[in-house]
Amino acid sequence: MVKRSRLAVTGAHYGLKDWLAQRVTAVLMVIYLVILASMIFFAAPQDFSSWKTLFSQQWLRIATFVFFICLFWHAWVGMRNILMDYVHAIQLRLLAQITVIVALMGYLVWIADILWG
Amino acid sequence: MLLNFLFGLSCLETKLHNQRPKHLNLLKIKQPLPAIVSIFHRISGVLLFFPGIPLLLVGLQMALQSQQSFEALQTLLRDPLVKIALLVSLWFFLHHLCAGIRFVLLDLQIGIVLPQARLGSRLVFISGVLLTFLAAVAIW
Repeated sequence: MVKRSRLAVTGAHYGLKDWLAQRVTAVLMVIYLVILASMIFFAAPQDFSSWKTLFSQQWLRIATFVFFICLFWHAWVGMRNILMDYVHAIQLRLLAQITVIVALMGYLVWIADILWG
Repeated sequence: MLLNFLFGLSCLETKLHNQRPKHLNLLKIKQPLPAIVSIFHRISGVLLFFPGIPLLLVGLQMALQSQQSFEALQTLLRDPLVKIALLVSLWFFLHHLCAGIRFVLLDLQIGIVLPQARLGSRLVFISGVLLTFLAAVAIW
């Protein structure tokens, strides 16, 4: 049995927070994908205008945006875990982590532009 | 005198023992199936991050930007090579999804004893491949 750490109360509990974020974002993404898949199934968009109409609904745009926020958060936790496991040189790891963060922030702007631009 | 000698010898041996090169040939170690599912979860995760996310964004942009870009995307998706690339990406995604569901179940203490863990990882692999196969049938 693992002894409960005092840090559980006063610490930053990074590990637990990331572990939880990884799972919560995953579940939210699955819910979104099920909704989107059923919408596409029922609306059956074939041409450009029907796709455009589908994504002109404000709630779907917001849901898609939330999906991508979840995706980027999920990707950040996963990539950070992998970098911490395999890249031990501290400068290299920092550089890689910064690259991931910058890429994800760029993607966030990009998806906002796609949805509302 | 002899004792001293022997002591020295054993010290030398300890030293040599510590300096012995560690050789782990990962290709010669047979990993158990849950380990393979786990490492493939990581590999697929990295590939979904890159090039997965930027490709997804490019696709979404092409689908929603204009009539021309939509038609360009349609033409692109008719290319057999693109279809294969799409299916491989889909397989990575589906494996990542199924393995992820398994990990959440493991967190909930479901399927943690060894036979169940093995069965679960086998199921993850099979469902990933099977769903990809169904998608392949659907798009061809």
